[in-house]
Amino acid sequence: MSDILRYFRQDMLPHIWCPGCGHGTVTGALVRAIDKLGLSKNKVCIVSGIGCSSRAVGYLDFDTVHTTHGRAIAFATGIKLARPELTVIVMTGDGDCAAIGGNHFIHAARRNIGITTIVMNNNIYGMTSGQYSPMTPKGMYGTTAPYGNVERSFDLCELAKASGATYVGRATSYHVPLLIDLIHSALQNKGFSVVEAISQCPTYMGRKNKIGGAVEMLEWIKDGTVNVKAAAALGSEKTKGKILIGELHNAPESEYTADYDELIDRVQRKYDKFQGGLYGCASNSD
Amino acid sequence: MAKTVKLMQGNEACTIGALAAGLEFYAGYPITPSTEIAELCAEELPKVGGKFIQMEDEIGSIAACIGASLTGKKAMTATSGPGFSLMQESIGYASLCEVPVVIIDVQRMGPSTGMPTSLAQGDVMQARWGTHGDHPVIALAPGNVRECFDLTIRAFDLAETYRVPVIVLSDETIGHMREKVVLPDPSEIRSVRRAAPSSPAGYKPYAAEEDGGVPLMAPFGEGYRWHVTGLFHNEAGRPTNSGEVADKLLRRLSRKIEKNADELADYAAESLEDCEIAVVSFGSSAMSGLSAVRRARKEGVKAGMLRLKTIWPFPEKAVAELAKRATRVIVPEMNLGQIALEVERVVAGACPVQRLGKVNGELFRPEEVYAAIMSAARGDDAAGAGRAAGEAR
Ligand SMILES: Cc1ncc(C[n+]2csc(CCOP(=O)(O)OP(=O)(O)O)c2C)c(N)n1
Repeated sequence: MSDILRYFRQDMLPHIWCPGCGHGTVTGALVRAIDKLGLSKNKVCIVSGIGCSSRAVGYLDFDTVHTTHGRAIAFATGIKLARPELTVIVMTGDGDCAAIGGNHFIHAARRNIGITTIVMNNNIYGMTSGQYSPMTPKGMYGTTAPYGNVERSFDLCELAKASGATYVGRATSYHVPLLIDLIHSALQNKGFSVVEAISQCPTYMGRKNKIGGAVEMLEWIKDGTVNVKAAAALGSEKTKGKILIGELHNAPESEYTADYDELIDRVQRKYDKFQGGLYGCASNSD
Repeated sequence: MAKTVKLMQGNEACTIGALAAGLEFYAGYPITPSTEIAELCAEELPKVGGKFIQMEDEIGSIAACIGASLTGKKAMTATSGPGFSLMQESIGYASLCEVPVVIIDVQRMGPSTGMPTSLAQGDVMQARWGTHGDHPVIALAPGNVRECFDLTIRAFDLAETYRVPVIVLSDETIGHMREKVVLPDPSEIRSVRRAAPSSPAGYKPYAAEEDGGVPLMAPFGEGYRWHVTGLFHNEAGRPTNSGEVADKLLRRLSRKIEKNADELADYAAESLEDCEIAVVSFGSSAMSGLSAVRRARKEGVKAGMLRLKTIWPFPEKAVAELAKRATRVIVPEMNLGQIALEVERVVAGACPVQRLGKVNGELFRPEEVYAAIMSAARGDDAAGAGRAAGEAR
């Protein structure tokens, strides 16, 4: 425990999360994965957007950026491209990532930039008190879905995969060892990695949908998911409607900032004589 | 000392100025009439080990620039009206979090998609108040190609010195116009870098003198492990809900600019000493204005020109000074009266201020400003003078 505490800014505690919120569990899993990898705290940078989930970075003792709503991945893109040697992690919510930040998400995946994105998916907008999100299942309730949500929800992992992410996994705040393992693997993938962490929001999701408190929500999460390996054996009948958890995609490819560094090498070799040649082809130089 | 003589475009001069100032990172999204800046950065940055990325939109572009700046790099983006609008939220973020960044806005006709390839200067107020909340910002307006070079370097210096977003408010004509320029030897350019702390021990990222002090900025990845947040924060960078801390923070941010208004004010004056009819303008409009002033002088009219190179903070002293002598101030600009609002505020009734706004996308003809000057010299009222200036109303 004390080992884990050293990753936290203890002067920032207590945190703002409601009793029973799953976001702390996910944050704990991230820290444990970082610890397992033995990364230096000075070389890890964690970026978030806006939302309950995005508050996580304030509690963590690294270089941290709490950015604007939906833009964490874009800020992180600048950090990673400017300093590729840093381990860059994004912590985001389902609204932050899949709604307002959706475009940055798919483009970061397409580029395969070396950022590990952890999506804390509580299926609802927690910070603004319970509106439906692009991850709220059809038919469930939110304050802006008082008659049940008529929209379909995303499968964020499929979206990540289709957009080009090279590592994709899903776990939950119930399946903590799995979550730690997935984050641990994601951090080792050189390209764009996504770990969706299903997390419970008893205050809004639980109440609005009469699921109950944190314990009942964790049971609801457990019952609603099935490990991808077990699913194969169980057959489609038994796994119908269940959300797959586990490692869903692992297909390493060359990473964007490494490719860009290669481009710099190539260009600099070609323009060997380009010393202080700030003004381009200074043909009229006197 | 090798000077370089080149025929170049304003946009090119901005880019070369940025490189001379030590540009290391560019993120942008293509938009007319700014695109040449992105194209040139894509070509030149890798040669000096810098990074270029074409982001998915302007929101992402400014965000990536801020991210890069947090690692200690000099970062820039370039855009035009529609993209500038998209950047506003994160410009506010850079203001509040005190992250240096340079934004070149090559203005075109708006609102909306407007006339994408046509000249306008309609982003004056957007540059000042585009993001929500009180916030510090600096905006510079080049009036010729060489100034695109100089003011972009200055933009970086000011961004690094005061830790604010600095906007270079160029326009379609200045950006695309080609002029012969003589550039100084790169070794003569002394560019500024933000002041950094010397050790992580006891580092407080937002500790600064209350009256407009600028805190020391640590680069990411060097063991400082600091927190950047768009929430109001205390000296340690921790979020706060304290009205008192927020009040102190906002006042310090605003004083960073106010306190240094004299150093920030930058303008070119011609024949203002004895001037009765004063023309106040900036950017491409000032080119036509200056030509009109010179012609009026030849006709014996005591006309003079104040060309603003700093737009924000507004150079109040210079304008107030000229209003002491002038019987009329004429403000030609490619909008329906944005800088004129500031001029009116500062002149405060000391003499009539005549708005000479133009929004047809075509650069002022010198005759239009000349007609306004001559009409003012005859003593026509400001409205009459506006009519005399024909289409330029
Ligand atoms: C541009 C902008 N739009 C809207 C908001 C208001 N807002 C803050 S957090 C949030 C939703 C967050 O939801 P999610 O990402 O799912 O995170 P959670 O709070 O559930 O962890 C919204 C809409 C904002 N801060 N900025």
